[in-house]
Amino acid sequence: MSTITLTLKIWRQQDRKTKGRFETYETGPISQDMSFLEMLDVLNEQLTLEGKDPVAFDHDCREGICGMCGSVINGEAHGPEKETTLCQLHMRHFKDNDTLVIEPFRARAFPIIKDLAIDRTPLDRIIQAGGYISVNTGGAPDANAIPIAAERAEAALDAAACIGCGACVAACPNASAMLFVGAKITHLALLPQGLPERSGRPLDMVQEMDSQGFGNCSNIQECEQACPKGISIQNIARLNHEYLRAAFLSEE
Amino acid sequence: MLTSSIGKKTVMAISGAMLSLFLLAHMVGNTTAFFGREAFNGYAGHIHDLGGILKLLEAGLLFFLLAHAGVALLLYLENMQARPERYAVKKSSGSGLIAQTMPYTGLAILIFLIVHLANFHFTDRTTPPSEMIREVLGRPEFALFYIFSVLAAALHISHGLWSLFQTLGLSHPRYNKLIMTGGIICGIAVGTVFVLIPVLAVIYSGFLL
Ligand code: HEM
Ligand code: FES
Repeated sequence: MSTITLTLKIWRQQDRKTKGRFETYETGPISQDMSFLEMLDVLNEQLTLEGKDPVAFDHDCREGICGMCGSVINGEAHGPEKETTLCQLHMRHFKDNDTLVIEPFRARAFPIIKDLAIDRTPLDRIIQAGGYISVNTGGAPDANAIPIAAERAEAALDAAACIGCGACVAACPNASAMLFVGAKITHLALLPQGLPERSGRPLDMVQEMDSQGFGNCSNIQECEQACPKGISIQNIARLNHEYLRAAFLSEE
Repeated sequence: MLTSSIGKKTVMAISGAMLSLFLLAHMVGNTTAFFGREAFNGYAGHIHDLGGILKLLEAGLLFFLLAHAGVALLLYLENMQARPERYAVKKSSGSGLIAQTMPYTGLAILIFLIVHLANFHFTDRTTPPSEMIREVLGRPEFALFYIFSVLAAALHISHGLWSLFQTLGLSHPRYNKLIMTGGIICGIAVGTVFVLIPVLAVIYSGFLL
C-alpha cells in the first residue's frame, strides 16, 4: 500500500458572518486507497489530537448518490476526475507532495455555514416550487400501466440522475442553477405523470430560482464539465423550451 | 415574463438574431468592394434608393441594438453579484472562453459602432462611398482599429449564433453539431470579409479606384 503526504490549503470560516481565510496543513501519511473524504477524516483526527478545531465538511452517503458532499479542489468542483463526486474521488489520483487548495462551493445563493459546509436549501426551495407531480392516494398503480417509449424513459432517467449537489452552480462563472433546474424540468416534462403541471412548473421553478439569487445562464458550458452525473446542457435547452412554451403558448 | 432570467436571455437571443441577420447581409453586400468601384458604388446606391424602407430598417436595428446592449449590461451586473466571494483558484475547461468574454467583445462592438457611424453615416454624404472607404481605411490607425473590432465581432457571433438557438430552446442532438459549426463558419466568414477590406485599403493603393 503506497502512502503520500500532502499540503492542504483549506478555507476556514467560523460562521456565515465571520470573514474566512485559508489555513495550511501538512498531512501525515495518507493511503492512496482512501477516498478524499477519508483523507479529510484523517486530517480531522490529527487536528483533534492537537486540540484544534476540525474542518467542517458536508457528507452523508459517501457512495455518490445523495448529493451532500462537494468542495472545489484546485479550482475544480468535486476535484479533477470526470463524473465523480468528492466522496468517490480516490487519493490515487494525487501525487506525493501535491498541494491542494480546498474551497467551499461559492455562490451568493449558497451561504457558508462553516468552513467547507454550505447551505443548499435554495435548491430545495426550487423543488418545492414545482418539482413534484400530483397523484391520487390509494393502491399503488400497476407497473407499466402507462406505456412510455423506451427512448423517452431513458432521457427522463438520464435527467433524473441529478443528485442536486450544486456543482453546476459552483462551476458556473455566473453561479447559475440552470443545469439543476433543467434536469428537474426535463425529468418531469418527458413523462406522462408530469403532464398535469407542465405549464405551471417551469414558470414557478424559474421564478423561485431567480428569487434565490442565482445568476443567469450564459451558455458557457462549465456546468456540464463539472457535473458528477454527466447531465447534459441539452436539459437547459429543454428548460428554455418548456419555459417559453408555458409563458407564451400555454392555454391555461 | 420578460423580466425573468430566461425572459432576459430571450430578449438577448431575438435581438442578437436580428443584429446577426443585419451583419451577415452587410457582409454579403460589402463583398461587392472586391469587384471594384463601380460594383460597390452601385450596391450602395441601391441601398440608398430604398428611401423610407431604409429608414424603417435603421430604426428597427437601433431598437434591437439598444435592447441587446441594455439587457447585456443588466445581465452582466446581475451575474457579477451572483458570486460575491471569488475562488482563490479557478480552473475553466477553456471551451467557454468565447462565451465568457461576450460582454467584452460586445463592448468592443459598441465602441466600434460609434466610430463606424461617425466615419460613414454622420458625415458628408456627397462623397462617393468608395472614396469614403479609401479615405478612412487608407489610414493605418483606422484600418487597425477596424481589424481589431471585426475580430471581436467574429468571436461574438461565432458563439452567439449557437447560443441563441440554445437560449430559445431550439436544440436537438441531431442538429446541434450543425448549428455550432454553422455559427463558427459565419464568424469566420464575417471575420474574413471585413478584415480583407481594411487590409486591402492599406496595402493596395489601387483599391476601389
Ligand atoms: C452587430 C452587433 C451584434 C451582434 C450581431 C450580436 C449578436 C449576439 C448574439 C447572437 C448573442 C447570443 C444571444 C444568446 O445567448 O441567446 C449575443 C449575446 C450577447 N451579446 Fe451581442 N451582438 C451584437 C452587439 C452587442 C453589443 C453592442 C453588446 C454589448 C454592449 C453585446 C453584448 C452581448 C452579451 C453580453 C451577450 C451574452 C449574453 C449572455 O449570454 O448572458 N452584443 N450577441
Ligand atoms: S456523500 Fe453522498 S454523494 Fe458524496
